[in-house]
Amino acid sequence: MRSASQATQILDDSVPGVSIEDHQMLMAKVADHGDRDAFKKLFLHFGPRVKTLMLKAGADQALAEDIVQDVMMTVWRKVHLYSPERGAVSTWVYTIARNARIDRLRRRSAQPYEDLDGLELASEEADGEAETFASQRSECVADAVADLPDEQRQIIEYAFVQDLSQSEIATRLALPLGTVKSRMRLAYAKLKGRLEVLQ
Amino acid sequence: MTVHHHLDDSTLLRYASGDLDDAFSTIVASHLAVCEDCRQALRVAEDIGGGLLDTEAPAPLAADALDRIMSGVTAKPLRTARPSQRTESSADVPIPLRRFIGDRLDGISWTTVAPGIRRHRISLDTPSSLYLLHIGPGKAVPEHGHGGAEMTLILSGAYRDALGRFGPGDIADLDEHVEHQPRVEPDEPCICVVATEAQTRFKGFFSRLLQPLVRI
Repeated sequence: MRSASQATQILDDSVPGVSIEDHQMLMAKVADHGDRDAFKKLFLHFGPRVKTLMLKAGADQALAEDIVQDVMMTVWRKVHLYSPERGAVSTWVYTIARNARIDRLRRRSAQPYEDLDGLELASEEADGEAETFASQRSECVADAVADLPDEQRQIIEYAFVQDLSQSEIATRLALPLGTVKSRMRLAYAKLKGRLEVLQ
Repeated sequence: MTVHHHLDDSTLLRYASGDLDDAFSTIVASHLAVCEDCRQALRVAEDIGGGLLDTEAPAPLAADALDRIMSGVTAKPLRTARPSQRTESSADVPIPLRRFIGDRLDGISWTTVAPGIRRHRISLDTPSSLYLLHIGPGKAVPEHGHGGAEMTLILSGAYRDALGRFGPGDIADLDEHVEHQPRVEPDEPCICVVATEAQTRFKGFFSRLLQPLVRI
């Protein structure tokens, strides 16, 4: 295992400091030319992070590896459905990972989410301004989350990373459900306010 | 479609993080399908997930992970035909509901459950339930509080309650403990889709009598 992780580390280091624009460029190469090298870079960046997400959501090693394969294969197959004005590549990969989490860890259906994918695409015209805004927004969202008051940030991380349900969060923090909801609303309002300054 | 009643922010976050069961994700997606404002708001919520994914510490992958994926990505990804808006003028059912009830509201089969109230159940493998109601013009639904979360998305017609008027595309995203008595506007029936987390508790004595009949 150790040698495997070292191998991965070395490969990951071969694409240092990949920025959001770089991800978008890599996606364009995959979409336009089926560029396998570009895809490999995306895999080496996102694969290990999707795996972390699945492990934190309770998957064991083998299942987490399987889901990484599924998610990244979906990235390859659906690359044409990604559009930069919708947001960063990381946001798009997150939504694919979330859908896989719903299907495979929660054993529910991600179909409603997928029904909307086509609609999004059909209703949007490419717009350079929206594109710029989307990538700025994504760059700043991680900082914005980190700056939330602890009691709000914790709930956001429980929900998005650990995949805890709202009632599990309430139980874990010994809080009434209503308090969890209102902290979620506060966190969202803060993040939204901060991201809208960019517009 | 002008939408006046939107999703609660905490619902948007639950949808974005994948915390709704099939009944609720279906009704939320159906509102999103007709509400550009909420789709925009959802993007911000999903960016949170993207930002957190990007800052996660990478977990070491299995030794064969890269070979495994690269051996699967040989064929160039196909440019799937961009789904056009699919607004066949005849379709009046939001896309996420179409696989359950078809494209058109007038094709739904109803069961009468009380005078002026008809229902169509959508069977899902969840503790929550999802069903459509067809409520006659001017009809009031007995005042009720909720045992759990309830969401109602209006598909046609309109009703009014203490929170205002709810017309096509509007969603009532109600918390537990909210009590309301919707009354359908006098001119046309109201067709809505409802997701409930638990059996709705009717309040008054007669309403409670009604409950076994209506079971909503």
